Amino acid sequence: MAEIGSFALLLALALSVYSFLAGIVALLFQNRTSSQLAGGTAGRSASGQQSSLITTLRQGSERIGETARRAGIATFGAVLLASVVLVICAFRDDFSVAYILHHSNRDLPAPYKFAVLWSGQEGSLLFWSLLLAAYGFVLRLRYKTDARLFAYASVVLSGVQIFFLLLLNFAAHPFAIVQGTIPADGNGLNPLLQYPEMVIHPPMLYLGYVGFTIPFAFALGALIMKYPGEKWIHITRRWTMVTWAFLTCGVFLGAHWAYSVLGWGGYWGWDPVENASLMPWLTGTAFLHSVMMQEKRGMLKMWNMWLVFATFWLAILGTFLTRSGIISSVHAFAQSSIGDWFAWFLAITLIVFLFFFFKNKSHLRSEHKLESLVSRESSFLFNNLLFVLLCFTVLWGTWFPKISELVQGNKVTVGAPFYNRVAIPVALLLLILTAVGPLLAWRKTSLESLKRNFMWPTIGAIVVAIFLMITPQSWGSAFGLKPWQDIAYFYSLMAIALSVLVTLTVASEFFRGGRVISKHTGQGMFASMVQLTHRNTRRYGGYIVHFGVVVVIIGFAGAAFNLDKEQEMGYGDKMTIGPYTLICRSYTDDDAPNYASEWAVLDVYKGGKQIDTMTPVRRFYKASRQTSTMPDIRSSLNEDLYLVFEGLNQDNGHPILKAHLNALVMWIWMGVWIMLIGTVLALIPNAPAPVRVPASARIASHAEPVITGD
Amino acid sequence: MSSPLNLFSKPGTRNGRFIQAAVLSAAVFVSLGAGDPATRFNEIGHQMMCICGCNQILLECNHVGCPASDGMRNELMASVERSDSDSLVEQGFVQKYGPTVLAAPTNKGFDRAAYVIPFAALLFGFGLIVLVIRAWKNRPAPALADGLRPVRGAELEQFRDQARKETDL
Repeated sequence: MAEIGSFALLLALALSVYSFLAGIVALLFQNRTSSQLAGGTAGRSASGQQSSLITTLRQGSERIGETARRAGIATFGAVLLASVVLVICAFRDDFSVAYILHHSNRDLPAPYKFAVLWSGQEGSLLFWSLLLAAYGFVLRLRYKTDARLFAYASVVLSGVQIFFLLLLNFAAHPFAIVQGTIPADGNGLNPLLQYPEMVIHPPMLYLGYVGFTIPFAFALGALIMKYPGEKWIHITRRWTMVTWAFLTCGVFLGAHWAYSVLGWGGYWGWDPVENASLMPWLTGTAFLHSVMMQEKRGMLKMWNMWLVFATFWLAILGTFLTRSGIISSVHAFAQSSIGDWFAWFLAITLIVFLFFFFKNKSHLRSEHKLESLVSRESSFLFNNLLFVLLCFTVLWGTWFPKISELVQGNKVTVGAPFYNRVAIPVALLLLILTAVGPLLAWRKTSLESLKRNFMWPTIGAIVVAIFLMITPQSWGSAFGLKPWQDIAYFYSLMAIALSVLVTLTVASEFFRGGRVISKHTGQGMFASMVQLTHRNTRRYGGYIVHFGVVVVIIGFAGAAFNLDKEQEMGYGDKMTIGPYTLICRSYTDDDAPNYASEWAVLDVYKGGKQIDTMTPVRRFYKASRQTSTMPDIRSSLNEDLYLVFEGLNQDNGHPILKAHLNALVMWIWMGVWIMLIGTVLALIPNAPAPVRVPASARIASHAEPVITGD
Repeated sequence: MSSPLNLFSKPGTRNGRFIQAAVLSAAVFVSLGAGDPATRFNEIGHQMMCICGCNQILLECNHVGCPASDGMRNELMASVERSDSDSLVEQGFVQKYGPTVLAAPTNKGFDRAAYVIPFAALLFGFGLIVLVIRAWKNRPAPALADGLRPVRGAELEQFRDQARKETDL
């Protein structure tokens, strides 16, 4: 079986190399014959023989180009075969394959056997390669949209694919065979990965990481061929949005996994691996905004080129950080020497991009000038500055331990307190722009209209802030906020107030647009707002994404009110945290084929009434001989009660439990859903606007009833 | 002797007393809980890392039987109960466990760069954007074909109004 996988990988490499080289040859010949034909028509004499030679060459190059395209498609088939073989090996418990031996065991449940594909280094690189090939497959099938641009993008994609296939064939082979005696059982999957979300979190994250290769391939292709106009932006818009949605999903699924499995009570630890996923998300988000400047005004072309490149590059850099071990991380599951390969690849892509950028940058000049500081254009500039600055801050914080080691000879830790101090103020500025930006018109906005649009949302935000300050704390986590007591409270209050400001500006946009439609059509307000959204899905879908972001931010703001308590809990022992009282009813252990577990049974009381029974668990995985906690979480809109079974007191056998009261966490997960709904809406094509015909024209022509155009 | 309050009001006046009372109240609020050992333990403990290799904040390390965190917490509690200053506690931990025990770079020496660089980049970025906007505003308008003249002033506003009406939903 493993031989089939190995062969498939070699075949995929050969096909990719062919697709890359033949693609380049075809494009070179096409360029040359085009310029010769153009030269001939421009007056230079070309004999009939020469002309027919050029035509033959052109046809030949087109045929070579077509074979390159098909080789690219076939690459997908070969990589898919290799992946399927690896999964089959996992299900067949084929421990002769070293990867399966190290990442699976006989009693591993079936879904996790499937997830073995991306649970270790070799498998995750194969999975990355598979996704890249799948994206390439779709791209090459849709080549008729613009054959030449797609041919360039296909060559770039093949180049990236070659790198991953080289790694798989020569540095991190997933089908390496175990030497000597084959053990009867495998070492098992890392316990932290044995959680349902791990079956979807890595695919989502990788779909995001890998997906940004597509906009990069189009951007580089457009740069190399000096593609006229902004069509490449239109072509890649959907790819970018889908990719962004996957990455968003991946990042937040990772946060949810960390929250549900790691058992420290938080969802984001600013670990280098987490940072690695956040950085391309930040530049990708900046690109999604600034690309509108290029589409609508023909501006920021160079900047967008850099953003696309940076996003792709940061996705690879993230993998480099994870794999190389150059920066220590709590969940770098697979470290090895392949970091050197990534470093070379990063250097080569940078050099290639810089070469073509400086060669063809004259093609990227802006077509328009900026008319006013108070305009949508400037808001995009500041928005991009803040996104890129946030990305830089995360990058800087991630690398600072290494830089410190080089400069002063000793490492330092850059943890959550650093990021809270530096990133939160920038994020709050970004939130202000999220409120202001959509209300600014393109080209120029009068201060009068700004005042008119902003007055009520600002008053609303101030009222909410005052309300949160004067209400009693007993009402809930975010009430009775005294910002002068702690900087964390100040940030939380600001975040919530600004979130209200954004929500009200978004609502006012829907309301104003809905009112106009309602006036024209006589429909109700809700139906009008639905129609409004359908007529400009991108704009209003974007507003819904903004609303989702503020819901997430409110969730983040809740962190200032978190409480925790640790206690040994014998039978009948009581623990009080916030409004909850926990009473230990029992504690016991259990044995399953894959793991043994210890757990406690706790009755939860609130206001003197029992509201729940919770069972935090600690598992001991037999194959890997590692422990893992399974916190029990009781979620509500206001707070999560999060219980962790930390272990047993060795002296008396009583369980030690840690209780966290995490405020507003559910808002984060709700916000992500809203963001995804907004993104899906923005991907739906616009409904056609009704055609208006003046009444006099209709009377004069006695025309048929006018219907909506297509 | 003048105090900052005197800059805003004359001492002894009603307004002055009001401002003094407000500032005093704010100071009391700010300092509320600052000396409470439990609060200090919580604050300082969240500025430290557990050194067992888990890369977690000291008070968030959730390993029962962790070889490091229990001892570190006890040391921290002892320091807080002795009323050692924050910097003294931090120095003690750094001397014993090395600089990586602090969860964030300090504000001294090269470590300060960790904080300065991002804000310097922010200022630089703002400056750059202002320069870009200025350059774009001053950019000459694109050349027009023969016979055309740029639309400006009231005529431009008229076209703008017309465009708004026609594109209004």
